[in-house]
Amino acid sequence: MKKMTINGIVTQVEDYWSILEACRFYGIDIPALCYHDGLSPGGICRLCVVEIGKGERAKLVTSCNYPVEDGLVVRTHSERVIRARKMLVELLLARCPSSKTLQDLAAKMGVQRVRFKVKNENCILCGLCVRMCAEQMGAKAIGFAGRGKERRVTPPFDIKSEVCRNCGACMYICPVCQLRCQGPEPPNVVCGACMNVEPVCLQDNEDVMCYLDTCGWCFKVKSSSLKKKSGYGKERKEGE
Amino acid sequence: MNRRRIKSHSDLEKLRQEILAKRDLQKTRVAICAGTGCLALGAQKVITSFKEELKKQGLENTVEIRETGCPGFCEKGTIVVIYPEGFYYLQVQPGDVPEIVEKTLIEKEPVERLFYTDPITNEKAIYEDEIPFYKNQMRLLIGDNINIDPKKIEDYIAPGGYSALAKVLSEMSPEEVIEEVKSANLRGRGGGGFPAGRKWGTTRNAPGEPKYVIVNCDEGDPGAFMDRALMEGNPHSVIEGLIIGAYAIGACEGYIYVREEYPLAVENTSIAIEQARDYGLLGRDIMGSGFDFDVKIFRGAGAFVSGESSALMSSLEGKVGAPKPKYIHTSVKGLWNKPTNLNNVETWANVPLIINKGADWFNSIGTEGSKGTKIFSLVGKVNNTGLVEVPMGITLREIIYNIGGGIPSNKKFKAVQTGGPSGGCIPESFIDTPVDFDELTKLGSMMGSGGMIVMDEDTCMVDVAKYFTDFLVDESCGKCVPCREGLERMSEILTDICEGVGKEGDIELLEELSVVMKDTSMCALGRTAPNPVLTTIQYFRDEYDAHIEEKKCPAHVCKALIEYYIDGEKCTGCLACLKACPEGAISGEKEVVHTLNTEKCSKCGICYDTCKFDAVIIR
Repeated sequence: MKKMTINGIVTQVEDYWSILEACRFYGIDIPALCYHDGLSPGGICRLCVVEIGKGERAKLVTSCNYPVEDGLVVRTHSERVIRARKMLVELLLARCPSSKTLQDLAAKMGVQRVRFKVKNENCILCGLCVRMCAEQMGAKAIGFAGRGKERRVTPPFDIKSEVCRNCGACMYICPVCQLRCQGPEPPNVVCGACMNVEPVCLQDNEDVMCYLDTCGWCFKVKSSSLKKKSGYGKERKEGE
Repeated sequence: MNRRRIKSHSDLEKLRQEILAKRDLQKTRVAICAGTGCLALGAQKVITSFKEELKKQGLENTVEIRETGCPGFCEKGTIVVIYPEGFYYLQVQPGDVPEIVEKTLIEKEPVERLFYTDPITNEKAIYEDEIPFYKNQMRLLIGDNINIDPKKIEDYIAPGGYSALAKVLSEMSPEEVIEEVKSANLRGRGGGGFPAGRKWGTTRNAPGEPKYVIVNCDEGDPGAFMDRALMEGNPHSVIEGLIIGAYAIGACEGYIYVREEYPLAVENTSIAIEQARDYGLLGRDIMGSGFDFDVKIFRGAGAFVSGESSALMSSLEGKVGAPKPKYIHTSVKGLWNKPTNLNNVETWANVPLIINKGADWFNSIGTEGSKGTKIFSLVGKVNNTGLVEVPMGITLREIIYNIGGGIPSNKKFKAVQTGGPSGGCIPESFIDTPVDFDELTKLGSMMGSGGMIVMDEDTCMVDVAKYFTDFLVDESCGKCVPCREGLERMSEILTDICEGVGKEGDIELLEELSVVMKDTSMCALGRTAPNPVLTTIQYFRDEYDAHIEEKKCPAHVCKALIEYYIDGEKCTGCLACLKACPEGAISGEKEVVHTLNTEKCSKCGICYDTCKFDAVIIR
């Protein structure tokens, strides 16, 4: 066991854990799009960054692949971390605005606008499918091709691979393409239809939230009335 | 060729004496630079003409021609030096060869017109040490290049090459070598400036066998060619350093990672390795010490990101050259997950010097935190472009003005970009900053591997930031989000600003994005990529403001923001611009003031360059 501090709490963690595993064990929610329990960590989406170290030596590291250490001091939601995560979500959302996962994440983190030109891609290149295919299915039927902005996931030479068994694991594990968000209009990008407001329960249910996390269910039901109340929809149409 | 194996320190010394004895120091020798710069300027033709001319004159047995490595003054190539006199001829053309042979080789008289002429005093410089470009340098690594034929190991051994290796193998323990490099405070020359001795120590003490050593010669910065000149011009100095390092670390296998775009470096290094093997300086039982080490060349396919240590190792393993997360350092788990020590070409080349002359000597050169010399490739708007090797601590001003000879056509200095595409632009107010790893970092730039691009008043800083960002967009591996997406967005915003559609808030967005990219990118490429943008915003914010608010480009570079017109008072009606204009946008008659139709104008600037009366004006 190793001893480390997470958000001021001294914790005992297993030697082989990553910071992310340790944090999740202690119930701290850290967003991660390219991480999956059953696969090797990728360190690609960078959303799981946490701040370690003190003073000038403090730095952000991806918690999914940073091994736990004795005496490590971790801050999972410091200002620097939140600022970085928000920018990353904004970048991802500008790339794939139709992903419900990303829209929900944006809503949860309070990303209110996207200041970049919208691309409408389908894939955030997190590589979960590639790792799934290689590590769990043992097929290696897909991989990355191209460099930089040309990077894409594809079978070798862009033709269907002979080793692909149509198992569908790649689709199953995809964090963004599976659930399509019907909400966003390209000019607005952040739809906010389901979650992108402060929790409704707070206003409607005398400051009580039904869950610890914002689920947004009640908001969906009452969205039309709420939009009128806050003038939210009107403001959006005019564009920011 | 079958060479006799060197089995001990005294064997090497004996061989050296034999080589020297065979040399007739009074024999006339023509040293011709066959480095890439000079070859591009026609050095091969000069060499051929020399051979023909000597044959014609019957001198082929009395005069030796030596094709050497790059001595650095690329601006004035082809460089020819005649020994024993030491006449230093610059800009030699094949047509000059008969005159040189006739006058210098036969009559022993100099050909004055080929000497360096001072642009101000018009004085001639006859010898190398009289030329200001060389006089103000400290050339410990590249100084010998003009005397060495990189294809002949004997040329390297003659002035004392491989004696450091002999010393290490016969007198020093590996720990002593590491201690020596540590106390010399040698910092990695590849960019990061990490103390080399410490890295060696980590690799030596890391668990796992075998251990590897690697030479990083994947130099890909635009305008940089330091490593190239060393690998092409004096490969043995790097190989000697590598063998010493391997001995200290306990590695038995090494790689030299050279990019495929450097064919001459690949060729010369291959020959050098072969020759070193023949002499028993590589392979089994090196110099009879029982130490085994061999080295292979790996030719990289030329991705900029492969210069990053973990990406380079991926590439060496046969995978895509993309970086890996490095929370466990490559010095502990590197190539094939074994302890691997990777250093830049220049770092390795410094090692024999440190061993021969001692750590104290090395410490006597440079500043508190940065010791020794550094090679820069001085390029851009500067009179003497080329390779310069200077002691650390010299100011940027000294490099640009004393060595570089200042800015051409009396233009004003604006900024200097150090550290390659992800370095920063340093403005005139900081030109007296000493060259030092930490000082440059403080300014938001970095030492990098040693690119130094000088810019004059005609340079638009937004355009510069855009250029480097675009370069990095192409070269980013695309693996992690902040680098791939961030760089692309950054380039988008900068393009908008340059095209006159920049918005208020763009600068702040660039800054915000930069901070996150620096914080969260996986490798050094993404973490340093915002440097050009951040430094240009920091030091030249007024230019950004002019682009965004006034829609003006103060340096008249961004085409969308400028307009050409003809000044009626100055135009003499000479028709020159009218004839030159590819768009037919200029109309007028002889001796009648011309007019420029801005709608047809493509803003190519040809009229501006053609006009002898400064009548074409940009606004």
